[in-house]
Amino acid sequence: MNDFSQAFSLSLDLIFSLDARLAEIVLLSLRVSLSAVLIATLIGLPLGAALATLRFPGRRTVNAFLSSLMGLPPVVVGLVVYLLLSRSGPMGSLGLLFTPTAMIIAQSLLITPIIASLARQVSEDLWGEYRDQLTSLGCEPLRAVPTILWDGRYRLTTAVLAGFGRATAEVGAVMIVGGNIDHVTRVMTTTIALETSKGNLSLALALGMILITLSLTINVATFMIRDQVKGESL
Amino acid sequence: MTLPGSILPLKLVDLTYAVDGQKLVHNLSLEFIQGPKTLILGPNGAGKSLTLRMAHGLLKPTSGKVQWQQRHPQRHQAMVFQRPVMLRRSAAANIDYALNLKGLGKAEAAELRNEVLAKTGLSGIAARPARVLSIGEQQRLAIARAWALRPQVLFLDEPTASLDPKATRAIEDLIETIHAAGTKIIMSTHDMGQAKRLADEVIFLNQGMLSERTAASDFFSSPRSAEGRAFLEGELLL
Repeated sequence: MNDFSQAFSLSLDLIFSLDARLAEIVLLSLRVSLSAVLIATLIGLPLGAALATLRFPGRRTVNAFLSSLMGLPPVVVGLVVYLLLSRSGPMGSLGLLFTPTAMIIAQSLLITPIIASLARQVSEDLWGEYRDQLTSLGCEPLRAVPTILWDGRYRLTTAVLAGFGRATAEVGAVMIVGGNIDHVTRVMTTTIALETSKGNLSLALALGMILITLSLTINVATFMIRDQVKGESL
Repeated sequence: MTLPGSILPLKLVDLTYAVDGQKLVHNLSLEFIQGPKTLILGPNGAGKSLTLRMAHGLLKPTSGKVQWQQRHPQRHQAMVFQRPVMLRRSAAANIDYALNLKGLGKAEAAELRNEVLAKTGLSGIAARPARVLSIGEQQRLAIARAWALRPQVLFLDEPTASLDPKATRAIEDLIETIHAAGTKIIMSTHDMGQAKRLADEVIFLNQGMLSERTAASDFFSSPRSAEGRAFLEGELLL
């Protein structure tokens, strides 16, 4: 118990003294996850909205497939990206394995289905409300996609936040394709895993607290957006 | 009877709409010509809304045809729904959006939008978010948005069904104005008083079938169909 309280106070010291090593890890985490969120958002939001407005054969199958991809195990995504990027893999010549870029690729693959699926649900609600009116105004389903994205902007933010939450919290994919190399590919989750097993609890705890704070902030933001949307019929 | 450039007359030929084999609109054949305000009257479930939606092209009939006189009739008609659908932007932007879809440039759209806002008495709330307006104002805006498109034909599907009397009055006045400006009005209602106030001719539907089509002056004094008579008497008894 004494060890624990000592580790705890040490971890607080690390956070409030803005420890350089800690900051490096946190910043890399944010860089990787925010990049992945950006990529996944650019693909996922239009994809989700288009799946809501377009009618084509096999649409339900595509939707079911996309939804099932939401639960992809990060380690499997990591493995697949590893195989693609490894020296003997199809994209091996790019030399991306064990770089932050590889981690961004893996996280993008992991969260694009999440953002797309959630965006589709939001878009379907909105399209249900708008379809007759927009069709009457001469708006084709594909032309409706930017309309849906703009009019659903507040609600779609929650889809993006969910993707961000998932990206920052996952450990399996970045561990495999990043390799957890000190000063290169070490992020919050992989550091926590490593330092805990090494018994260096203070660094692990400090990162854990930052991660939890991040996750809480995301959830509170999501909650507040939902509340706002309901209250002002946005 | 076809005026140059007019999409009218509109012909509905043997129009049928069925769900799971049950015919909700039954072999309906009607012709709509330029001029009189046509009110489609009937009880709930008579098929008024379905008929308007098929005529406007929102619903594909199970069988039968909707025939217009021009190649691109969709560009020359508009529709107002029972519940106004407001985009999540300002009142003015709601109209701009519709004009933009029609391919109008920014300056031209702004001019037309300001004109129609003034005519519908909405200039004062142009900058307000459309969805915080009262339901009556929203419906006026929906009509303004439709009118801005300069339609030859305006379909209205029970546009006052969720409004209070004052807002209803404002909408009815607007409809008269739009009619006077030369747009063909085709509107459904289940409100007898409203039909009396607005109709030049009445199409009475019951259970998806045409009961009668009569000039308004005759319909309310001497309806020709038993269903029309029953409906009128039912209303009087209330």
